[in-house]
Amino acid sequence: MRQQQNNIFANIDWFLVLLFFSLVIFGWINIYAASSTNSEGSILDFSTRYGKQLIFILLTIPLIILILFLNSKFYEQFSSLLYVSSLILLAGVFIFGKKVNGATSWYNFGGIGLQPSEFAKAFTALALAKLMSDRQYNLKLIKNQVKAFVVIFLPAFFIALQPDMGSVLIYFSFFFVLNREGLTLRYFTLGVTTIILFLLTVYFGTKWVLISSLALITIILIYISYKNKQFIRFNWPIILGTYVALILFIVGVGYTYTSILKQHQKDRFDVLVGKIEDNSGIGYNTYQSEQTIKSGGFSGKGFLQGDRTQGNFVPEQDTDYIFSTVSEEWGFLGSSLVIILFMVLLYRIIYLSEKQTNKFARIYGYGLVSILFFHVVVNIGMVIGLLPTIGIPLPFFSYGGSSLWGFTLLLFIFIRLDAHKKYDY
Amino acid sequence: MKRNLLLIFLVTLVGIIYIGRLFYLQIIVGGNKNPINSATVKIEYDYPERGYIYDRNNKLLVANQISYDVMIVPKEVKSIDTLEFCSLLKISKEEFSSKLKKIKGNPKKYAPWLPEIFIKQVAKENFAYLQEKLHKFNGFYIQKKIIRNYPIKSAANILGYLGEVNQLEAKKHNYYNSRDLIGRGGVERYYEDILRGIKGKKYYNLDHVRRITGSYKNGSYDTLAVAGNDLTLTLDSNLQKYGELLMTGKRGGIVAIEPSSGEILALVTAPSYDPNLMVGRKKSINSTILFGDKINNPTYDRGLQGAYAPGSPFKILNGLIGLQEGVIDKNTAVYCNGGYRYGKRKYEYMKCHCGIYRRPIRLKTAIAKSCNSYFAETYRKIINKPKNTKIGFENWSNQVKSFGLGNYLGYDLSVGNKGLVPNTKFYDDRYNFGWRATTNISNAIGQGEILTTPIQLANATAAIANKGFYYTPHILKKIKNKKINNVKFTTKKQTGVETRHFPEVIEAMHEVFKTGTGKYSQVKGIEICGKTGTVENFARINGKKVQLKDHSILIAFAPKENPKIAMAVFVENGGYGSTIAAPITSLMVEKYLTKTITRKDVEERMINLSLQDEYDKLIPKKDTIAPTTE
Repeated sequence: MRQQQNNIFANIDWFLVLLFFSLVIFGWINIYAASSTNSEGSILDFSTRYGKQLIFILLTIPLIILILFLNSKFYEQFSSLLYVSSLILLAGVFIFGKKVNGATSWYNFGGIGLQPSEFAKAFTALALAKLMSDRQYNLKLIKNQVKAFVVIFLPAFFIALQPDMGSVLIYFSFFFVLNREGLTLRYFTLGVTTIILFLLTVYFGTKWVLISSLALITIILIYISYKNKQFIRFNWPIILGTYVALILFIVGVGYTYTSILKQHQKDRFDVLVGKIEDNSGIGYNTYQSEQTIKSGGFSGKGFLQGDRTQGNFVPEQDTDYIFSTVSEEWGFLGSSLVIILFMVLLYRIIYLSEKQTNKFARIYGYGLVSILFFHVVVNIGMVIGLLPTIGIPLPFFSYGGSSLWGFTLLLFIFIRLDAHKKYDY
Repeated sequence: MKRNLLLIFLVTLVGIIYIGRLFYLQIIVGGNKNPINSATVKIEYDYPERGYIYDRNNKLLVANQISYDVMIVPKEVKSIDTLEFCSLLKISKEEFSSKLKKIKGNPKKYAPWLPEIFIKQVAKENFAYLQEKLHKFNGFYIQKKIIRNYPIKSAANILGYLGEVNQLEAKKHNYYNSRDLIGRGGVERYYEDILRGIKGKKYYNLDHVRRITGSYKNGSYDTLAVAGNDLTLTLDSNLQKYGELLMTGKRGGIVAIEPSSGEILALVTAPSYDPNLMVGRKKSINSTILFGDKINNPTYDRGLQGAYAPGSPFKILNGLIGLQEGVIDKNTAVYCNGGYRYGKRKYEYMKCHCGIYRRPIRLKTAIAKSCNSYFAETYRKIINKPKNTKIGFENWSNQVKSFGLGNYLGYDLSVGNKGLVPNTKFYDDRYNFGWRATTNISNAIGQGEILTTPIQLANATAAIANKGFYYTPHILKKIKNKKINNVKFTTKKQTGVETRHFPEVIEAMHEVFKTGTGKYSQVKGIEICGKTGTVENFARINGKKVQLKDHSILIAFAPKENPKIAMAVFVENGGYGSTIAAPITSLMVEKYLTKTITRKDVEERMINLSLQDEYDKLIPKKDTIAPTTE
């Protein structure tokens, strides 16, 4: 512990730091390409987006030093306080905040916006780690499960009110943490099945999905009972319940979709499942993004040579759609490199988390990796046209100070915790 | 599943799916995309000057004029002051809104981001003013285009005209964009590549609202326009105009060729039209009228496409072939007595109007007096020379073809007609009972199955004038004032008849204009050699086969020594060859060789002569027309 104060960089995982800076710098290069115009100022010009982002990046350094300077015990001890203050900040938005694009999610400090939801993720992860690392905590108990859900969804509730549904979705990623700590896959399976059934019903219509899913369930049941005769005898309520729930869900979705949803809401789903093609209306962003990615080809058009990027064809290109810039100017090579970098980052965090002897650090590590994973999957999936349009940033890449600092905070707290474990005994 | 493996598995799975998706988008779909065609690059064209066209005496035939079109880019049209816009362009508000609706309401046909012509060819005087004012109106601009101008107002069939490239052609040919101008017909079409030049291109980067943000790749792809090449034709525009004047009120064709080179001096078709009709704002209306006129057919080149029975002039070829085959010589005599019996049956008899009874007719007289009997006899001898009639006939057919008949000549104009010279197969297919020389004895006097176009006949005449060879007729003399060196046009083509057989025939043709059927069309001081023809023809009118007034035909060359001009004249339903075709020929020859006309009375008579009454008979009466399955 004494050593640590002498050198705050002692024992930190330089590999993660390297990955962090590679992503941030490559991200900035692409922000520069996406937001530069022909009338150029200096790169530190605070009036340009890339100039601002460079300042944001430079400001992460004092933030990192501060995070590393603090004792790792500090995060464990103050996690509840940080969590509560982040809740207050989230609530305060409704009083002091500023409305941007229909959502009240910003504080405004003399021209600089701050988005508390970006920091709330880190503090929620801390609070969850704190809760679950308690020796008395047993996730098998429903009571404890509810506690965990409350910690996770309380900030999500405030964010939903803003409303910023993209950020709310992120909180579902904490499922992976719970799963790692012992929650069965049942919830996950249920969730995924629900989503798949929902999409199938929207796409194919109630009748066919109902018939085929009932048939499928029956086949599965016959198979199970063939292998294990006991099952049928003792599980009639479950079996019947499954059938009823399935019928209710599919019919309910079908009814909601055809009779309750308004046309513009239906359109979003239809575009998502590919039932209608709309390249100028709500599918415009995705269409432009895909065209831009295609035009990049194998090796890309080169830095600042992406004519679609330079022509501002893709809306929000330096924030949510930054990956399309990578794809156009750096091609398949560049864009798959970014994906590989993210994969390596995630693998590394999982690996380090598993090595933690301290439960708090391990849970926090899983929280970090889950959040990052979810962000990357949803954001890139949207840009490459595999997932619906959900506006959340690409970690370390997208333009924006709050987002960058939020992720820096998340990552470097983990690096701090990880550095500590080496002399925990 | 071990708990820590779930995330590792998902990270790997998503990574593979996403990289796979990128591979699909960027390499399978996107890899072969041409970046210049993408929505981000705009190409602006600089249209070069199209080459001018001159005649053989360097008289300007085709020039350029600049035209200004008001263009519209549908996507860029924002709310504009319609009233001001309409008064600026001098159009009514209804016209404006209907045009706008047509273009904007049809995005399939008119791509919203591509410029489309909104108003064609605004007046030159308004250009500067419009240019200045038009920038206020988003989505509209003025484009400069080069259109044609025909100072001589004639030779439409030779010169052709310019039309717009349609979408299908634009797809097929790399060079053209839809609505570019392209040569349609005549020299404009045949020498399109030489005339058009190469248009210049400038590439610009566009942003998402199609504003130009700068030049594409610093202009490294940009090219400059290359002007088209000027052409000099072999045409003598004075002769051409004179021919068209003489053919006023008639239908038919005149073709004049310089025998020593194959250069086309005149290529008259009548009726024709002023080429300036196919230029400018009225073009589409005029073109509908001209192409839709199925009665006068002014867009049909009778000189190149009209296939007629050659009639008596064809006797010359039969005479020459007879000499070559040795079946006759200049002293071979035939008795005519008003007709030629070639079989025992009553109808197997060919009448003759040579008017020579009980005296032997020799080749020279036979040609001068156009004796049917003499050539019927000669034809029989040619066909029956070998034991096998079919070999004899095939030989005759090939001899006729050696004069350029029965096939495309290979001249440099894009329309034509093969005509017809039958071979043995033709008659084998026609008669399953077998056939002999007498079956198709009409070929002897050019009235059988044989069909020739005026240019073929003019070319055959040139071959006679040259005593046995010809050059492929052509219309192009120089490119950029440099004489063309096309082997196709400089290679001598030999006929199957040796030179030594020609003088006798040429003497006879001279005799035609001295004492024969052309004697009333002599020109003082010019020795014209020729042969008149009068061709029977029939038409189906109101379902009945009707014999019409004969076609008036003549072939001629002049002067006798060192011929300068060879020609063929066809006047549809003109009657005797000697009454219309002969005077027209003599006037043309005189005009070309002396540049003046001495016989003003003949000239005036020919110009004023109209055959319209005769042609009106051809129009089926509307009230008697009945639907037929034919």
